[in-house]
Amino acid sequence: MASKPRTLYEKIWDAHLVERREDGTCLIYIDRHLVHEVTSPQAFEALRLSGRKVRRPELTLAVPDHNLPTTARLDEKGHRIPIADPQSAQQLAALESNAPEFGIRYFGATDIHQGIVHVVGPELGFSLPGATIVCGDSHTSCHGGIGALAFGIGTSEVEHVLASQTLLLTQSKTMEVRVEGELSPGVTPKDLILHIIGTIGTAGGTGHVIEYRGKVFEEMSIEGRLTVCNMSIEGGARAGLVAPDEKTFAYLKGREYAPKGEDWDRAVAYWKTLKTDEGASFDKSVVIDAATVEPTVTWGTSPEDTVSIGGEVPAPESFADPSKQKAAQASLNYMGLQPGQKMSDIEVQNVFIGSCTNSRIEDLRAAAEVLKGRSKAPGVKWAIVVPGSGLVKKQAEEEGLDKIFIEAGLEWREPGCSACLGMNPDKVPPEERCASTSNRNFVGRQGPGARTHLVSPAMAAAAAVTGKLTDVRELR
Amino acid sequence: MDPVREVEGRAYPFGLKNVDTDIIIPAHWLKTISREGLGEGAFEALRKDENNVFDRPEFAGAPIIVAGDNFGCGSSREHAAWALLDMGVKAVIAPSFSDIFSGNAFKNGILTVALPQEAIDRLMEVAETDPISIDLENQTVTTPFQDRFTFEIDPFRKHCLMEGLDEVGLTLERDSAIAGYEARQTGEMPWYAKGTALSA
Repeated sequence: MASKPRTLYEKIWDAHLVERREDGTCLIYIDRHLVHEVTSPQAFEALRLSGRKVRRPELTLAVPDHNLPTTARLDEKGHRIPIADPQSAQQLAALESNAPEFGIRYFGATDIHQGIVHVVGPELGFSLPGATIVCGDSHTSCHGGIGALAFGIGTSEVEHVLASQTLLLTQSKTMEVRVEGELSPGVTPKDLILHIIGTIGTAGGTGHVIEYRGKVFEEMSIEGRLTVCNMSIEGGARAGLVAPDEKTFAYLKGREYAPKGEDWDRAVAYWKTLKTDEGASFDKSVVIDAATVEPTVTWGTSPEDTVSIGGEVPAPESFADPSKQKAAQASLNYMGLQPGQKMSDIEVQNVFIGSCTNSRIEDLRAAAEVLKGRSKAPGVKWAIVVPGSGLVKKQAEEEGLDKIFIEAGLEWREPGCSACLGMNPDKVPPEERCASTSNRNFVGRQGPGARTHLVSPAMAAAAAVTGKLTDVRELR
Repeated sequence: MDPVREVEGRAYPFGLKNVDTDIIIPAHWLKTISREGLGEGAFEALRKDENNVFDRPEFAGAPIIVAGDNFGCGSSREHAAWALLDMGVKAVIAPSFSDIFSGNAFKNGILTVALPQEAIDRLMEVAETDPISIDLENQTVTTPFQDRFTFEIDPFRKHCLMEGLDEVGLTLERDSAIAGYEARQTGEMPWYAKGTALSA
């Protein structure tokens, strides 16, 4: 049967269609569900109140991450250290009891498998190419890096998935972000995704699923693809995808929950078909010349407020749209910046290396490479490195990266979301700046009044060394 | 869920563009295990400004917010919808909404009405002094000054809102279709069916 050429997104969508309603809404099967402590308590409570069960407990994995302090979790005698904040403690306790009550696998605070849900899913092979993956967290788009259709959902949808293993959805439009040519040396996947968001804007992908295409992504590591897809939501797209390939299969093979034996061979044969057909069309297409991408930083309070490290803080009147002019002025007031200031003159007091965007082994290696044999600048008061999971932490320690960080004057922490968002003790003080490898520079995101500059791990390390936003290429 | 047919009353002339869910409800409010009481934290940072629109006495309890483009972007936290609901908001009118926020709003019976910027500009003006009325059945937004704007809404969402339907209950009625899909998948792509039941 000759079928119409389809995009990767359309193939995954079609393969998960349970039924299409007359009005066009579709009941879509969900293969993998990640649950953390913040967006799930009300969903479990609703199940209890209605007497409903979890339909397929083995397809959900529960891990605490947002609230957990990243300081030591066990005392000298090996006893768990209580969580000081009573509300955090209550929320974490709720997940710890809800998971077993509903038969869901749970990796608690002291388990080596614990970590940020979006780091844990791929590294355990729980997240698989071609799967539909959801989580009550917008950065679920991350898992698109291994070729899964993955997107964030609200708590009512968490309840819906737990009860029915499906979601009622309307098919998204398709958007291609094609990057042509090659990235310059010293330019990382984080720089590229910041550049892309700066180009398309924070609403550029609204209503769309993005597929990242071009040689740059084919040559990019899985960690890099996860970083890129992670920030699709910052471009307004609920999901981002990179087609799975040999790199993806090599990354997943042998991981805890990845298929084994004959299942593996059959899975790989199927995954090889998961690419956009020749002749398939996208509703929207953006082409970016890789050669124009520089190490990129943010100056404002929206992830679209990007500029290359060699650039300057823009003047609000340089924007055509009057509402953007207003927003830019408000951003500059909040950030304490003046138009025309050179980005590389901006001093930072804090450095955060971590988050679901940049806390995998490759990110830590990139930061360590810059920090090796160097020290944190005196003006940097607080600099922490937070591995994305217990397994990342272990590997980094085996490679001696922890020693490099500690010798450079940075703190080496336990896994969690940490200073990406102000829900745990890791916060940036008011009116202080942070060079941060996280994903959002929103007002108050890293703590009330905190001023965030989004950067790559190598650039965060460079800022730690010089005390200013710095072009990492100048340190090499 | 209570059925939603009309929303009528004063509207906060907010107008801000790219309002993210961290602005609607900051992260430190997310440590709750309940859906209630979040109104107190709604727009917390903006409310530190004494001239903020949300604390102007004439808008106390207003059921509508008129906002700028890309309302509700950022985090997927449904707490944003719960916070609006808790402060008495039943509808938001804006040129566009983030996909996740509009889904969360819908599931909590909050109407998200998308209208062109020119209509928003006019409603911002009206909201300063007069009430606004939203009629879901006829898909219109009207003012006491004969303004009349029509809006689009997904027919399924409209039906659910007007009837106050429980989406989980509706889906569970489709059990045989879901079970059929599962049987097919287990046969054709068994590797997706195992999940955490599989261990090395």
